[in-house]
Amino acid sequence: MKHIRNFCVIAHIDHGKSTLSDRLLQTTNTVADRDMKEQTLDDMDLERERGITIKSHAVQMNYKHTDGVEYVFNLIDTPGHVDFSYEVSRSIAACEGALLIVDATQGIQAQTISNLFLALEHDLEIIPVLNKIDMVSAMVEKVSDQVIDLIGGSSDDIVLASGKTGEGVLDILAAIVDRIPPPKGDPEAPLQALVFDSIFNPFRGVIANIRLLNGTLRKGDKVKFIATGAEYSADEIGVLKMDNQPEKVLSAGNVGYIITGIKQSKEIKVGDTLTLTENPGEMIHGFEEVKPMVFAGIFPLDNDDFEDLRDSLEKLQLNDASLVFEPESSAALGFGFRCGFLGMLHLDIIQERLSREFNQDVITTIPNVSYYAYTKRDPDELVMVRNPTELPDPTRLDRVEEPYISAQIITDVEYIGGIMNLCIEKRGMLTKQHYLSPERVEMNFELPLAEIVFDFYDRLKSISRGYASFDYQPLDYRESDLVKMDIKLNGENVDALSALVHRSKAESFGRKICKKLKELLPRQQFMIAVQAAIGAKIIARESLSALRKDVTAKCYGGDISRKRKLLEKQKKGKKKMRQFGKIEVPQRAFLDVLKLD
Amino acid sequence: MSGLYLHIPFCKQACHYCDFHFSTSMKYKGEMTQAIVQELILRKDYLEDKHLSSVYFGGGTPSLLDEEELNTLFETIKACFVLGADAEITLEANPDDITEENLARWQASPINRLSIGIQSFADEDLTYMNRAHNAVEARRCIAMAQSFGFKNLTVDLIYGTPTMSDVTWENNVRTLIDAGVPHLSCYALTVEPKTALAYQIKTGKSREVEEEQAARQFEILMRWLEDAGYEHYEISNFALPGHRAVHNSNYWLASHYLGVGPSAHSFNGHSRQWNIANNAKYLKSIAALKENEEEATVGLYEIENLSPADQYNEYILTGLRTSWGVTTDKMAAPFKAYFIEGIHQFVDKGLVFEEKSVFVLTKEGRLLADRIASDLFFSN
Repeated sequence: MKHIRNFCVIAHIDHGKSTLSDRLLQTTNTVADRDMKEQTLDDMDLERERGITIKSHAVQMNYKHTDGVEYVFNLIDTPGHVDFSYEVSRSIAACEGALLIVDATQGIQAQTISNLFLALEHDLEIIPVLNKIDMVSAMVEKVSDQVIDLIGGSSDDIVLASGKTGEGVLDILAAIVDRIPPPKGDPEAPLQALVFDSIFNPFRGVIANIRLLNGTLRKGDKVKFIATGAEYSADEIGVLKMDNQPEKVLSAGNVGYIITGIKQSKEIKVGDTLTLTENPGEMIHGFEEVKPMVFAGIFPLDNDDFEDLRDSLEKLQLNDASLVFEPESSAALGFGFRCGFLGMLHLDIIQERLSREFNQDVITTIPNVSYYAYTKRDPDELVMVRNPTELPDPTRLDRVEEPYISAQIITDVEYIGGIMNLCIEKRGMLTKQHYLSPERVEMNFELPLAEIVFDFYDRLKSISRGYASFDYQPLDYRESDLVKMDIKLNGENVDALSALVHRSKAESFGRKICKKLKELLPRQQFMIAVQAAIGAKIIARESLSALRKDVTAKCYGGDISRKRKLLEKQKKGKKKMRQFGKIEVPQRAFLDVLKLD
Repeated sequence: MSGLYLHIPFCKQACHYCDFHFSTSMKYKGEMTQAIVQELILRKDYLEDKHLSSVYFGGGTPSLLDEEELNTLFETIKACFVLGADAEITLEANPDDITEENLARWQASPINRLSIGIQSFADEDLTYMNRAHNAVEARRCIAMAQSFGFKNLTVDLIYGTPTMSDVTWENNVRTLIDAGVPHLSCYALTVEPKTALAYQIKTGKSREVEEEQAARQFEILMRWLEDAGYEHYEISNFALPGHRAVHNSNYWLASHYLGVGPSAHSFNGHSRQWNIANNAKYLKSIAALKENEEEATVGLYEIENLSPADQYNEYILTGLRTSWGVTTDKMAAPFKAYFIEGIHQFVDKGLVFEEKSVFVLTKEGRLLADRIASDLFFSN
């Protein structure tokens, strides 16, 4: 056990986590140079394209230290987005140390800090690494000071590295051996293994990645997941090389995987404790059920595809247990599903995967958070509202509560004013402001979650020209003056576009939505009135004039081919339209309507 | 009967809206006629039926061809094809090229129809479009052509330009009616990508083309010409009885045609192909073809084979634009029911008129021809 080192990597998006991880894999010969591709650990196409890690990954490396001894390193790569912070916390709980990677050209970011605090809470040994020191814009001294301010120590403790040139990689490997403590644990004690990730494999079922804290696991053992209470047999266990490598025994301190024949990933919960049915160990502290934060309706473009959509969502859920869904029906869109997501990125990813992996074109309704409503008749009984149409009628409604979050924003001092304005506009309250250095400031806000769902992150980025980072945790539910705003097309409610909004912002929100819809709707042979309403009261209106003329001037020998292709393309676009009465609404309009300026 | 199109890719100056292939450099003009002659000889067998109902010199500006060039081309055409006495032989001519000298030599050639690119009789519009002629030349050229015996004239007009008022437009149309021009092609100004006009609009140097204005002026056009006895036989084409364009009608009737010269399109019933739209590369390809006749394509053209669905879509696209409309009799069997199912909503809306299973756009329908066609298109 004393030759094992378990560590994770904490870094902000774009700070070079994946590139540096690639270098560690290469230097320890875990991946042959010829098999090397960028972001080796990110195996979903989407991850590579977007340059972010969506799922955790773990990999074991063998490293021969300067003392001649071979060490086993378990690297746990964590997701890099605020939507997935629970997974990050479980990965941290599985380690004794962490590499804190900070981009020397950018400095500390909010997400780095919140994950760093998580790591410190778990008593992880932190090895700060300044990455990208080969860049001309690297500010080694300045960023070193920020790091020392944050975690103490001296500048000698900071490893200078470049994932690009490979500089400092050997120093990192040595520091992992010298500074991260070997795992503690008793191989003879009852088994306690933390599930920090699960992966769906179409042939093998669900594979759980585990960190053994105490005890020993043998192939064929009868095992039990404590939170779900489900019992299985350990069909295969092993360690996580680039591919899974089966072993007969795994014992305390090590990281590995277990295959039990589980078919659905919702049967395995990240954070759960695996133990033996005989002589079971105790539950490991810190398990939480992952709760969706954002809800949206997902409807098939064509009603006939409802069952196919259900099938696709079920398949997606096999390897993404954080996706939840239940059937719902909409007057405008027919039958579909109300889905719960960890955040907007998660929603975006699910939508993209439905289209790419399952060829499902869907309509997504305006996303919302979940609200607590109380009726006058029974003011103590909570009615959960996950869809604006579920909000009780105003005459029966006693009060509504909405979820609040606590947000941390780290930025350069020059952007304080702009960020302050944004947060106030978003109904936020500044609770703390703290200077990390004379130029860097950490601001803490309490904000309604609903306000950050749509465009908060993009606006924050543009206000700070990219120099602000953002992280949040759920706080509580607070009473709020919320109203249901409906959107009408030629007088007909389109329930998929209804939203719960704060009364003070209803009018401006309504105006923006109407204006945006006017841009997104194709003109039709009649005029279309786009209206926003609260109850019977119209609060905003736009009208889209009728299409007067749609005919090509010239159609001679050289025009026919080109013209035919153009009209064929239009025809395909029309197939992606949804008919509301006489009005055709393009699929994209439902999501793009929220891209308000 | 087949059609023959010759593309003469040279212009004195570039009209701002034009996206046809042309060059304002006359560098290759001499070689070009020789190459087109070569192409005619090499590709004459493209047309199964060698009887030509029409020959059309388009461009570019074919009125830039000199006497010798025209003679060589006609000699080759006559050697390769059968040119009947009643064949329509059209030359596109710009008003500034319509001189007594040119008219005299065209009259002496087999040319029996002139297509004059007048576009407008108002200087303001002509300047906006960057035409090479002015309003005076525009007015004078028609009478001059007629006096040299060219009664069979067609004139191009453009409406919807930001500079054009409804009154100017009415005057333009009336001028041609009064002059007794038997055929008119009237086009709504269209902003084609990669043209000077598109750039000017993008950079705010020109006003956007307004749909409402174009629609209104199209309606003015239809009203005036109907009253004057012209038949509106295609969206942009109007003719006095007996004066429909033979050549252009061929395109809408899916007759076969051969196009020679850079960028020219050809059609043989089951495929379309188009020559490379680059003068130097065209010349090179023709030279290579000459040396090695075995090799059918030396970068001269691209070809597209038409699937049954493509053919159906093209029939809808072209047929709906005409006064003879579309009928299920001319559709391949699998598309008939599909078409009938789709067309009825337009009949109900008054956009399409049905008589004895023939479907023709109404006046209202003509304003929305593309939308209706694309709705009726078959797509997998």
